[in-house]
Amino acid sequence: MKIAITASSPKLEAEVDPRFGRCQYFIIIDPETMQFESLENAGPSASEGAGVSTAQMINGEGVDAVLTGNCGPNAYQALSAAGIKVITGVSGKITDAVENYKAGKFQPADQPNVNAHSGMN
Amino acid sequence: MIISIASGKGGTGKTLVATSLAVSLKNKQKVQLLDCDAEEPNDHIFLKPDLGNSEAACIAVPEIDNEKCNLCGKCAKVCAFNAIAILPQQPLVFTNLCHGCGACSYLCPQKAITETKRGIGFVEWGQAGGIDFVHGKLDIGEAMAPPIIRQVKQHIYKDGIVIIDAPPGTSCPVVETVKGSHFCLLVTEPTPFGLNDLALAVEMVKGLGTACGVVLNRAGSGEEKVLEYCQNEGIPVLLSIPLDTAIARMYSRGITLAEGLPQWQQDFNVLFNKITEMVDERNRCTER
Repeated sequence: MKIAITASSPKLEAEVDPRFGRCQYFIIIDPETMQFESLENAGPSASEGAGVSTAQMINGEGVDAVLTGNCGPNAYQALSAAGIKVITGVSGKITDAVENYKAGKFQPADQPNVNAHSGMN
Repeated sequence: MIISIASGKGGTGKTLVATSLAVSLKNKQKVQLLDCDAEEPNDHIFLKPDLGNSEAACIAVPEIDNEKCNLCGKCAKVCAFNAIAILPQQPLVFTNLCHGCGACSYLCPQKAITETKRGIGFVEWGQAGGIDFVHGKLDIGEAMAPPIIRQVKQHIYKDGIVIIDAPPGTSCPVVETVKGSHFCLLVTEPTPFGLNDLALAVEMVKGLGTACGVVLNRAGSGEEKVLEYCQNEGIPVLLSIPLDTAIARMYSRGITLAEGLPQWQQDFNVLFNKITEMVDERNRCTER
């Protein structure tokens, strides 16, 4: 099953983007085959509701889980309602994150880990 | 005639000017004061109105009937605030993001959306020693001022002088407050921050097409740059209030300038006459 990882650039060698709603890119990857594609996120330019719009976009990608640094309350609610697992606290290289996911080292979050607007700078 | 009082930078003296102007004019004409700083109204501290009337302030948010909804997603597409997400089994409404524009319910092809009211605060009004007074207050935790500001402005009288005390800043709440006024008075102070934010406020007012003038508060030193800016922009400085501890002390006790130092009422009357002249001149120009 595919997963989505927030990415600072559209490459597998990139670092995990610490934000969900306003991350730059997503890497949509099948951890078994390592087949992946990158997706540019319109979230950074949203004036508000970035968490909601990004969650809705991800929902259309047919992923089982989202791996990210931080996930706010609106995004968490939208992803959970869509049945997508949210894994927060992920950082470092995307390739490492995928390996850790395959090794079962991550626990899905049961709540958002940051407040609204944390990803705005 | 509707005069709004804005600033850009907070704490420059909007409320001091608004309340003093109201006090100075009330004996000559019918005066109404609206405090549209719904996040932190404070004009009532100085005018001490008898607020006998109140109404709840509400915003219309969508309620989606899941039976009728076919998940077409039109509502989510049209929402400029990302307040609706269409998920596999159902639509999800984020009422905290909703601005109450009504587009979703208007456009739903299945007529699945109804509008329900969500309380966001209250509007109160009454008399303050010959001044008709209205203000609104947002509930703690609410982020959206424009709907309540619109509701306060519904109380505007068609005749007489209407003075509107705006919130600080230059974004949505201020635009909502200032739009529709005949004149916008911008209160500034002679500091770099004051000037920076004054320039932003001028941009906003110009965008609205409203005539404006400046009141320089806490003048006495350092105002060269502000005066230069106003001259370059062709914006008249209509009144100057000095930096004076006596004024500040009085104000901190809830006594506004025109009340504690009544000689200033003449200055505020002159200010009002200058504003009237500018508005009349502008009307004459547009008629030509």
